[in-house]
Amino acid sequence: MKGKKIKLPLQEEEIKDLKRGDRLLLSGTLYTARDAAHKRLLEALDRGEELPFRIKGQVIYYVGPTPPPPGKVIGSAGPTTSSRMDSLTLPLLERGLKGMIGKGSRSEEVKRALQKHGAFYLAAVGGAGAFLSKKIKSARVVAYEDLGPEAIYQLEVEDFPVVVINDIHGGDLYEEGKARYAREK
Amino acid sequence: MQIIMVEDITRNVARMCCEANMHLGQDVKVALERALTIEESPAGREVLKELLENAEIADKERIPLCQDTGVAVVFVEMGREVIIEGGDPLEAINQGVEKGYQECYLRKSMVGDPLKRINTGTNTPAVIHWEMVPGDKLKITVAPKGGGSENMSTLKVLKPAQGEKGVIDFVVETVREAGANPCPPLVVGVGLGGTFEKAALLAKKALLRPLGQAHSDSYYARLEEVILEKVNSLGIGPQGFGGRITALAVHIEYFAAHIASLPVAVNLNCHASRHVERVFQGVKK
Ligand code: SF4
Repeated sequence: MKGKKIKLPLQEEEIKDLKRGDRLLLSGTLYTARDAAHKRLLEALDRGEELPFRIKGQVIYYVGPTPPPPGKVIGSAGPTTSSRMDSLTLPLLERGLKGMIGKGSRSEEVKRALQKHGAFYLAAVGGAGAFLSKKIKSARVVAYEDLGPEAIYQLEVEDFPVVVINDIHGGDLYEEGKARYAREK
Repeated sequence: MQIIMVEDITRNVARMCCEANMHLGQDVKVALERALTIEESPAGREVLKELLENAEIADKERIPLCQDTGVAVVFVEMGREVIIEGGDPLEAINQGVEKGYQECYLRKSMVGDPLKRINTGTNTPAVIHWEMVPGDKLKITVAPKGGGSENMSTLKVLKPAQGEKGVIDFVVETVREAGANPCPPLVVGVGLGGTFEKAALLAKKALLRPLGQAHSDSYYARLEEVILEKVNSLGIGPQGFGGRITALAVHIEYFAAHIASLPVAVNLNCHASRHVERVFQGVKK
């Protein structure tokens, strides 16, 4: 498979070189979180508590996997729609979150915040959960186990394929890709 | 009369839930292969290849195609000469859904109340549509429906004067607005006519038609092609990365309408256009 190999956590310098449309193969640690986990993370911040994992420099993957069948580390594990997390994202970027993996476009507010904080937004292929599960080598619950598939997991991934949607320079693949291929009169 | 036992329904519904979630229909595979020959965008082609590989892995390793194994939508067509015995058929279907989602390690994605939002833990209740038809057969279709594409679906009651153009514009706008959210390449289900709720049901039913099969009425077959062409001119492409193939197909179903209204419903489905049907043969009495 083609793509630029990237080790996680990311180095500041590396992010600058990545542009919308780049295909990356990520290896290292990702943290999962979707709606319910985000809500709890924000509640913890409101109460002045520490987050259950060190968020600085990390990448969050928006995913709620299927239960692991016997002998497998995880079930199907593709991205969920990111816009549901838009209103819950800014406080995490302010605390050093460097990247998010999901699918679908982000709000203008999030896009501006990405540039401000030098973070980027990536997409994995929605609906390719079986394929993506093969790139996940281990999964361990780190918080909110009671949320089931919505708990926060620490994943170790190898050559996990993603595409850069929003880079730190304001590029947006969803906008540019559409403009390039549109055939409207 | 044909007698069908509820246990038979439960057992089969469970199997259908598993099969629908792990096995991509041959019609969709053919459509993806065909899309690969048309798609010009390199990023789009990568996506199509990944989806085909995904289907292979899902099949071979018994992993769901997508982690969103959906709401269990179940269509039942019951022949008038069929008798179901041994219990409540609706309960039998729900038990089948619970069993299938448990035994095949599918994700339980149902909350019992839309505002209080506590997961029921069983993926039930199923959404069941029941219809009486002539004959002595029972046909059950299980069509798990993901949230990403369902969330971008739309419905509007147009004025009759808006006609064909109004319908085309509304469908194209729905796909444009949806962008990358419903995981294109899409299958676009369009329900026309009837009432508010009838149009929505028709749109969902339109998703059940095998890809590659045009509408039986040539007027609607042409309209499907016109809309598909327009949708695929939007440039959204596979996963919204830019490209030619935003949708694999547009399917329309219609019904008679009131003189004052033209309801249009657009139910978007992702490539994981999951549906499995079984025809039950009972025991003669
Ligand atoms: S829209 Fe379809 S392919 Fe995308 S996440 Fe939902 S169920 Fe899966």
